[in-house]
Amino acid sequence: MNAKRVDKIATGVINVIAGIIVLILAGLLGYILVRGVPHISWHFLTSPAKAFQAGGGIGIQLFNSFYLLVLAMLISVPISLGAGIYLSEYAGKGRIVEIVRTAIEILSSLPSVVVGLFGFLLFVIQFKFGFSIISGALALTMFNLPLLTRSIEDSLEQVAFSQREAGLSLGLSRWETVIHVVIPEALPGIISGMILGAGRVFGEAAALIYTAGQSAPALNFADWNPFDIQSPLSPMRPAETLAVHIWKINAEGIQPDASAVSAGASAVLIIVVLLFNFLARRVGTFIYRKMTAA
Amino acid sequence: MANKNIITSKDVHIYYGDFEAIKGVSIDFPEHEITALIGPSGCGKSTYLRTLDRMNDLVPGARTTGAIKLDGEDIYAPTTDVVQLRKRVGMVFQQPNPFPFSIYDNVVYGLRLAGVRDRATLDAACERSLQQAAIWDEVKDKLHDSALGLSGGQQQRVVMARVLAVQPEVILLDEPTSALDPISSTQIENTLLELRDQYTIIIVTHNMHQASRISDRTAFFLQGDIVEVGPTKQIFMNPQHKETEDYISGRFG
Repeated sequence: MNAKRVDKIATGVINVIAGIIVLILAGLLGYILVRGVPHISWHFLTSPAKAFQAGGGIGIQLFNSFYLLVLAMLISVPISLGAGIYLSEYAGKGRIVEIVRTAIEILSSLPSVVVGLFGFLLFVIQFKFGFSIISGALALTMFNLPLLTRSIEDSLEQVAFSQREAGLSLGLSRWETVIHVVIPEALPGIISGMILGAGRVFGEAAALIYTAGQSAPALNFADWNPFDIQSPLSPMRPAETLAVHIWKINAEGIQPDASAVSAGASAVLIIVVLLFNFLARRVGTFIYRKMTAA
Repeated sequence: MANKNIITSKDVHIYYGDFEAIKGVSIDFPEHEITALIGPSGCGKSTYLRTLDRMNDLVPGARTTGAIKLDGEDIYAPTTDVVQLRKRVGMVFQQPNPFPFSIYDNVVYGLRLAGVRDRATLDAACERSLQQAAIWDEVKDKLHDSALGLSGGQQQRVVMARVLAVQPEVILLDEPTSALDPISSTQIENTLLELRDQYTIIIVTHNMHQASRISDRTAFFLQGDIVEVGPTKQIFMNPQHKETEDYISGRFG
């Protein structure tokens, strides 16, 4: 067989494999969207769930998902930024640093249900936070930190060494070089990483079942005092998220329209995650353009 | 040769781990002169250049011994402020490394971070530096476009303007034209000749013709040591050592 023939066969095989992956993804997405989208309505998106009758919505679950996401990101972004900057710019190549890197790698492949049980034991039981938004947000932080740290570290390391040399040789201190040269250049990557992380957190269920809880008590959307238990902002209330809701109605739902609610909620979840991914690209390119041609 | 020496170095050794890259180099650099460091690849000339603003500090395992003084002050003394040192000794690298910002922002970057906020001062510094780097006419109408959109030669001159804007005393250049086409190289060379009156310039180059065209003095490095240093004319017309003669006549290297 000559090289040309082999090349043709290899190209063909790779195309087929790529095609199979696209088909699987398109099929999965199409199935969820086709089944779910017809159930989505303004009523479905805004009204509370019903446990026994048909016609329940996902309003509170949707709000909970976003609120938990915001809290989890507020906690995890500063920590992972610090860790990522340290690992990429300051840590060097010591043995301890290698251990830290390995630990982060292991943590990032930890099954989320284990993170959930850890959160249950530590935050719910030990710290007596109960099934609450704050327990859930902390569990999500544990789940998100390694991945976010890794992605920030990678984005920073993508910045060419010559840029650091340029900064330092201009008489910038190391910190100034990091803040004013390296981070601006890595910013699009960092932001994409954050938004993708947000998508992952938004769809997470297993880490939340035992931390944020499986119930969504009625909320008083007129009360924005975070210290009132029925306030949407209260961090101490239990909060079932969209992903947990889907899991729960499929596991033990007794509503007559359980499968319809589940299909609709799944479609909403997928759409939001897709939006996050789409946004990650758009925001990334936009910021890069903004930075490079001021 | 009445100019006083701005940088002096005595018995400089540089080690990367166990490897001795520079083996006892002593050389002085007079003010307002262009000194060219030449020699075959791997002879240590870039390594030596990068000790003068302590950029070798960034290399893990690098160690420097000997005395290197800027205006009589030991730059490897524990009390030396490396950031201050690098403000006085600027550097241009082999690959143009503009920041991914606009041309204007690139040039005034050092000044801004030094706390200069006044728009008029920044504008003036930007124009002066770009003119000194001989690129003002080419970019004056697109100062707010990205520096990454320029050609390699233009980028290198913007980088030079960025160094000039902070007004260092010494400018180190590490093969600044090796990634550029001949026309851009000539422009950079002309720029350097014009800057000689105000700055002390030390340039590492692989290009013999470049060294002979622009430098006042030339030092020939070989295997981590200086074989010969002297006025450029003498080095090229009447070298004292056989290795020097062999190298500049192209017999090796």
